[in-house]
Amino acid sequence: MDLSTEICGIPLDSPVLNGSGTFDPLAARRAFGDALIEDFPFAAFVSKTITRKTRVGNPPHRLWEAPSGLINSIGLPNPGLEAFVAGDLIELTGLPVPLIVSVMADSAEEFSLLVETISEVDGVAGIELNVSCPNVHSGLIVGEQPKETEALMKELRPLTDLPLIIKLTPNVANPHEVAIAAEAGGADGISMINTIKAAAIDRVHSRTWLGAGAGGLSGPAVRPIALAQVRAVSTAVEIPVIGMGGVEDADTALEFILAGARVVAIGTENFRDPQAGSKVRKGLAGALERRGFESLQAAQASTLS
Amino acid sequence: MVVDDRPIAPFNRRECAVAETHPAGGYRVFTLVDEQGPEPDPGQFYMLTAGDHWQGEAGRPYLPRAISVAAVTGNPGALRLMFLIDEVGPGTRLMAALEPGQTCLLAGPFGRPFSMPKALNPKAAGAILVGGGIGIAPLAILRRALVKRGVPSRTLLGFRDRAHSGGVDELFGCEETRLAFEDGSSGHRGYVTDLLLKVLAGDDPGGAVVYSCGPPMMLEAVRSICAESGTACELALESPMACGFGACFGCAVPKTDGTYLRLCVDGPVVSGDEIASAMAGEAA
Repeated sequence: MDLSTEICGIPLDSPVLNGSGTFDPLAARRAFGDALIEDFPFAAFVSKTITRKTRVGNPPHRLWEAPSGLINSIGLPNPGLEAFVAGDLIELTGLPVPLIVSVMADSAEEFSLLVETISEVDGVAGIELNVSCPNVHSGLIVGEQPKETEALMKELRPLTDLPLIIKLTPNVANPHEVAIAAEAGGADGISMINTIKAAAIDRVHSRTWLGAGAGGLSGPAVRPIALAQVRAVSTAVEIPVIGMGGVEDADTALEFILAGARVVAIGTENFRDPQAGSKVRKGLAGALERRGFESLQAAQASTLS
Repeated sequence: MVVDDRPIAPFNRRECAVAETHPAGGYRVFTLVDEQGPEPDPGQFYMLTAGDHWQGEAGRPYLPRAISVAAVTGNPGALRLMFLIDEVGPGTRLMAALEPGQTCLLAGPFGRPFSMPKALNPKAAGAILVGGGIGIAPLAILRRALVKRGVPSRTLLGFRDRAHSGGVDELFGCEETRLAFEDGSSGHRGYVTDLLLKVLAGDDPGGAVVYSCGPPMMLEAVRSICAESGTACELALESPMACGFGACFGCAVPKTDGTYLRLCVDGPVVSGDEIASAMAGEAA
């Protein structure tokens, strides 16, 4: 079965991407060698989030295993825009699949600089906007506020010809309201869900376990919530949705497509199985056939009864 | 791009048969047959998932567990990987219960291995291995590699009590191994670091190389003893780890320069002078 598709005009061999910050091809190549490139697990690669300045990340502990899930508090470690463009980005544009660069900032000015700088680099297919950071001017988390989200999108939209995909947070009452605002502001696509706010308690020492105090939950534990939010958002907007949140195999990937996602992204499952992306891709044709779909497009176009 | 000379892992997570299991004092030993992987270097580790019942106990264990290999025999195509397990949580509980005929999912080998003594110190005449508790595992495979290369080594091992010293004879043989027990049941009464101080006092510290693995408090003591005496040392650290190959950024260990290293790709073996403390992230 032909699994090729597209997201925001970016051609894809299959509807399977990675979630930002859940796979590092440069580190994986050290572990697995050229086999990683020859059998690259994703149809497009979404980079870890890049900020203007270097971030070292949060103090340990950064991980806590939850029932069927993982709480992380990594803190977006990255080399900063300048070093990223001069270093890792060159290698990432050499991957055999389209590259989407994730960026985050605490002001529209800084977002503008990131978007403009990344847009000038050959080989970047799209930009994902991580809007889960507070705006330094308003103190509000952009992605939690429809007005802030729309204003930011309107500011960034004219700066680039690349597709702008906004990564939505699930930590709001009505994510579809933020999605509608993002679409009105000119977003080309929506990526969801980010992790759900979560805490881990070290009961032996009566303290929070994670170095940063709290983190975000991911993995199969969040999947029912992600499916509900993907469904609510995809019915509210025209722009396509990259669905993620506990995808662990082809069947659960299909659930996201049936809920309204155009394509899916693998996150935490990458940690359990380095070939998770390939596993989902290889299983997808069978999963579609078992459910009576003649093509991926038929599943993407179907609506739930 | 960083190019290492460490063994390259097959790009997969593969099912491996459990060939043999047995108790070893307070621990459990099990052997897996890896038909695909290269021979691991000492200090490297695997991400392991006991095939059955994973996620069975109220959704845990969910993530694979990072386990250092303690011994390797056989040849590529049918490598026998021996692991030493301390039953401390839901993941290790399932691994400790493995029996021949069952399988494990395995990815690896991963991580930075131990360096050979001459690479750490050109004047090195031999190696001093300092292990504590379950941390003896990577030192066992290191010691065999040193013997194979004709590098003389002395092994100092510490345990809570005799019951927890299982596997020592099997993994190390009996030669040149000195034991310390906190409860004084035999050997030296006290800490293994007492033995290290004695050995270093009789040596030229500038000609010694120390390799260590064990509880964080012990590693930190080894690190500071070596720093004070100017002895080159490598420590095999442990950290909660989700993936093992650099994807999750969860296994961060503070470096002396205020940044972090990823223990899975930049470790688990680190040089003593690379890190600020072997205790980072431990409960105060």
